[in-house]
Amino acid sequence: MTALNRFVLPLGGFALLVLLLAVGLRQAPDKGIIVSPLIGKPAPALRLPLLNEPAVMLDAAETFKGRWYLLNVWGTWCPECRSEHTTLMQISQRYTVPILGMDWKDDDAAAREWLQQLGNPYEQVVTDHEGRTAIAWGVYGAPETYLVNPAGVIVHKKVGGLTLDIWQREFAPLMIRGGS
Amino acid sequence: MKRLFPVMAVWLCTFGAAAWAVDASPPLADPVLQQRYLGLTHELRCVKCQNEAIADSPVEIAADLRREVREAIVAGQSDEQIRELLVGRYGEFILFRPRWSARNALLWLAPGLMLLGGAFVGWRIVSRRGALLANDSSTVDAESEPP
Repeated sequence: MTALNRFVLPLGGFALLVLLLAVGLRQAPDKGIIVSPLIGKPAPALRLPLLNEPAVMLDAAETFKGRWYLLNVWGTWCPECRSEHTTLMQISQRYTVPILGMDWKDDDAAAREWLQQLGNPYEQVVTDHEGRTAIAWGVYGAPETYLVNPAGVIVHKKVGGLTLDIWQREFAPLMIRGGS
Repeated sequence: MKRLFPVMAVWLCTFGAAAWAVDASPPLADPVLQQRYLGLTHELRCVKCQNEAIADSPVEIAADLRREVREAIVAGQSDEQIRELLVGRYGEFILFRPRWSARNALLWLAPGLMLLGGAFVGWRIVSRRGALLANDSSTVDAESEPP
């Protein structure tokens, strides 16, 4: 009884604590990544002016009705977007999935210049100056990329720069499984 | 150095508050709404700089979230509706005060359970020592004390 109290109980308590922390560490997502509650839910409304024709509004649900599409959130102020741009160019050249660019809280002229210099991987680019649509989609930092299925449901989200490796591992299989 | 402390204190009181006042938006006209606005912006977590409340964070997304809260309050939404709105977009992560749910139960109950556990262990030790004293039949012998 004494041995039990003196050693087994504290050790048991310690083991429980270790277990709790181990489970916590294992379950914790990558530091700073917020898992989006919008995955598996219908994409929020997106009605924004075109970068090249600000008088024209684009409605994503209408434009991409019945099609898979990627929504890529970027800005010329975002250094990681510059390195990601190469990947987006490659995806647009090798795959047929349309990419909708959302230029977030940015300067239109700077964004147009960026696309002229680095190439334009987007089927359409819209601008969100006020950041309201971004908040509706749960955006918290560029770059972010969403995959939306033909039914208009968000099936995947990547926070941070996209690479071909991530594309092939996380995005492409979803589209094959879901049919295109 | 010590003589500088009052100077530093005055300096902090004068300029410190201004330096910390991240939220530059004018207060809401209705003091009750303003109070709710302050309450909510202090309990919602900034999604970019993740250990600050949106009230204290200088980043732009925090300002956008404050605007979102302000507009929802003015539109007549309740605190709970506003929390629900933001949880729907960013998840429970955005709440500094976790909700009561099966998943969070351990989080909420752990401090109480630990206190109870500690109290139980303490009670066991005290009562065991008390029993030792009651059973002790030896008498205090002056000669047996150490020199």
